[in-house]
Amino acid sequence: MKRLAPLMAFMVLVLAACGREDLSTLNPQGPVAEEQFGLMKTAIMIMSLVIVVVFAISLYVIIRFRRRSGDKTIPKQVEGNHKLEVIWTVIPIILLIILGVPTVQSVFNLSKDYSNDPEAVKVIVTSHQYWWEFEYPELGIKTAQELVIPTGKTIAVEAKTADVLHSFWIPSLAGKIDTNPGGNTNHMYFSSPKEGVFLGKCAELCGPSHGLMDFKVKAVDPASFDRWAAAIQEPVALPSDPEVAAAFESKCLTCHAVGDLGGPAFPNLTGIGSRESVGGILVNVEADDKKYANEDTVYNNLYKWIKDPQEVKPGNMMPTVDLTEKELEGIAQYLSELTLDYEQ
Amino acid sequence: MAHAHAHGHAVKRYSGIMDWLTTVDHKKIGILYLIAGGFFFLVGGLEAILIRVQLWKPQNDFVGADTYNELLTMHGTTMIFLAAMPLLFALMNAVVPLQIGARDVAFPFVNSLGFWTFLFGGLLLNVSWIIGDVPDAGWTSYAPLAGTTYSDDHGMDYYVLGLQIAGIGTLIGGINFLVTIINMRAPGMTFMRMPLFTWTAFITSALILFAFPALTVGLAALMFDRLFDANFFDPAAGGNAVLWEHIFWIFGHPEVYILILPAFGVISEVISTFSRKRLFGYSSMVFATILIGFLGFMVWAHHMFTAGLGPVANALFSIATMLIAVPTGIKIFNWLFTMWGGSIKFTAANLFAVGFIPTFVMGGVTGVMLAAAPADFQYHDSYFVVAHFHYVIVGGLILGIFAGLHYWWPKMFGRTLNEGLGKLTFWTFFIGFHLTFFVQHFLGLMGMPRRIWQYLDGMGFNEMNMISTIGAFLMGFGTIFFIINVVVTAVKPKNAANDPWEDGRTLEWTIPSPPPEYNFAQTPLVRGYDAYWKEKMDGHSGMTPAEPIGPIHMPSPSILPFFMGLGFFIAGFGFMYAPDWGHFLGTDLTNGHALGIFGLAIVLICMLLRSVIDDHGFHIEEEEILKDLGGKA
Repeated sequence: MKRLAPLMAFMVLVLAACGREDLSTLNPQGPVAEEQFGLMKTAIMIMSLVIVVVFAISLYVIIRFRRRSGDKTIPKQVEGNHKLEVIWTVIPIILLIILGVPTVQSVFNLSKDYSNDPEAVKVIVTSHQYWWEFEYPELGIKTAQELVIPTGKTIAVEAKTADVLHSFWIPSLAGKIDTNPGGNTNHMYFSSPKEGVFLGKCAELCGPSHGLMDFKVKAVDPASFDRWAAAIQEPVALPSDPEVAAAFESKCLTCHAVGDLGGPAFPNLTGIGSRESVGGILVNVEADDKKYANEDTVYNNLYKWIKDPQEVKPGNMMPTVDLTEKELEGIAQYLSELTLDYEQ
Repeated sequence: MAHAHAHGHAVKRYSGIMDWLTTVDHKKIGILYLIAGGFFFLVGGLEAILIRVQLWKPQNDFVGADTYNELLTMHGTTMIFLAAMPLLFALMNAVVPLQIGARDVAFPFVNSLGFWTFLFGGLLLNVSWIIGDVPDAGWTSYAPLAGTTYSDDHGMDYYVLGLQIAGIGTLIGGINFLVTIINMRAPGMTFMRMPLFTWTAFITSALILFAFPALTVGLAALMFDRLFDANFFDPAAGGNAVLWEHIFWIFGHPEVYILILPAFGVISEVISTFSRKRLFGYSSMVFATILIGFLGFMVWAHHMFTAGLGPVANALFSIATMLIAVPTGIKIFNWLFTMWGGSIKFTAANLFAVGFIPTFVMGGVTGVMLAAAPADFQYHDSYFVVAHFHYVIVGGLILGIFAGLHYWWPKMFGRTLNEGLGKLTFWTFFIGFHLTFFVQHFLGLMGMPRRIWQYLDGMGFNEMNMISTIGAFLMGFGTIFFIINVVVTAVKPKNAANDPWEDGRTLEWTIPSPPPEYNFAQTPLVRGYDAYWKEKMDGHSGMTPAEPIGPIHMPSPSILPFFMGLGFFIAGFGFMYAPDWGHFLGTDLTNGHALGIFGLAIVLICMLLRSVIDDHGFHIEEEEILKDLGGKA
């Protein structure tokens, strides 16, 4: 029983489909992750069978054939047994065929390229140390950290990197694809039938803050998506306080963009006030709902980030900007109010 | 042989520290490998403990993000190249020549050179901790992160140069064992009578011969990128980052089998001995070993399913990878049926071997799961992969090494390890291992990527990470118990019998523990598989000699391999720091390059000396051998 205990635990955990709904591969929320989970289940079933057989024989042998003390007998020296050896060669081959056929089918199924499908929403994903850029070429939109998608539509992803290797992974919606440098662009697709926010991760070691390179996928109904696409292209007013506006223009917009202002090199901040998080990891919640160290109000998160970006994400490209306390508070306030009204 | 003139040469036989620096005796080189590999195992283990302490709770700040990446890089690199490989070489050196009835390896000088280049390469890599520029791009060192644009300190230079120097040692070690096993077998020791450990050492050596050159080429290209501004892997200048992945894994996957095959060999010997039974299905075991070695070269791209190779490549590599399960399964069932009907004695060595079987199966089945490319899109680079490869490398290889060490310790040192402490080591390490890595499967499936410095709170990762850290400490205690056992055993009298387990089956158990310098006073005549067991069953007390007692020709010790290793070490240092250290006496030559050339000059001078000085070796005379025999018998 001792040896079977981990196996039982394994099965219980698998059957319970553990993990967060927005993060676990065992709790798929879209057809791609579902197909992958289906293959995982087939594999887990076959492998559990193998483990049960091996553990059972091990256990039997260990108990049945242990040497009694003082036993001097010489067991029969068996050279082998052709029948047995054929059995344990042929059965694994059959098991592998059972696993291999759906594997090959799924490999080809998941490699479909939707980039020329008029029904699909095209997104160019560009990874940076340590943030994600999402471009909708058909809509002329560039945004960062939060990939807004319409429910039910296939999202055709073209993945590449601006610096080192990263890997684009939304565990609950689809497996990962590497973002290669130098024109080795990759394609993948996924979709979400349900509305919700799903957690995305970087899955390839890319530097000190690799583990903090999170993003969000936000699935909204198609009408809301259209409103979002329109709202994000509206012009944005600068902060009303001239002092804050001047600081924002000279110290933030050199790298970042809001609306049609500023530069494109670093994350576009349009609508940052209505994103789920700041910097991908500082989760925005209402003041009363704070539960974890990385959760706070959107204002506090923005303040914390701007004050010392290296403290939040070591090694990221954003310097500590020289701002007065008033400018810092003003900019954090301004950004926290830079929202997009598209959900109903 | 060199009988006629060698008599005239009196060769100095050193003692003390000089003996260890100059030795070309495979048994002593095995002990050197064990000490050095053991040391690096402790270093890598300490790095692992620090990693687990960092991850024991969410958003921990025990180490910084940079340090964490250094730890994970050095843990992987150290464990693979500087701990696992040398520990295997320790066992191969200690055992293979004895198992085939040889008096040494084919090239004793090369054997010593292999050790010293490995040691100095490993030291060079670890000097990075002292200097403070530590490799931090993972043991896989993917470009462009490992290139100068994104790793502009000297950390990756230590990786590139340290591993190249250590790699020389591994490559020549592999060639040496190939030649030894092909040429130096005792009369009657046909290939199909070789013990399985020797077989696996043989196949592993062949894999080393074909796989390590790929690593050498990759490292050399990366070295050119880093030190001489070449652009092999720099996409900005037309290089290709995916090319590095291919080169690395064309080496890297066979490397996995280089590691595990000798462990398979150890398990085969230990289980057979302590079951008092002939290995079940010997010829299918040999065949499976060869097949695994062959298939090992056909599957490298399964490490790159997410790199975008396309569906045809992904499908082919999926199926090829799954195929490896068949010969591996054959081995598992052969071990189980070796025990079936046997008389199993649970010594510490056998506990490790028997514990290996279910553990390795668990690592093997997750390997097949990973082979299914679409599912791998989910597993890839998550903690599921971390769990998988630790199950095969720690649960497979390290349990195998522990089994081998407990089993052959009396043969290597003449003292048997304490059984009680050995069993304590097993249980602590074994339970700790499963605690550490079993939960990591689920962490990965629940969305935790690998190589992350911190995870956020509320992800559902907290409890399992805590369990994992507790397990890591238990493994640490297990290792400490082993060290205590070694120390306790070292002060006991050196009284192990020739065949201390009493059920020994192979040739190493026919000679004293530890064996004399020349191993076999008379080369034995091998009359079948399990040569010693056959003689026992036929009522003989020992082997039939294949030659009369006579003077034995031995290779002379040499300090040159030590200096060649040192020369490489100095050269590596020099080339690395060439841009930093200014110019040599105002010339165009930098100080670093001058030092590099000086280091290489040491190597070349040693090679010249080796070439021009005639070394006839020396003879151990009949009287000395008879005295040894008399003393022991």
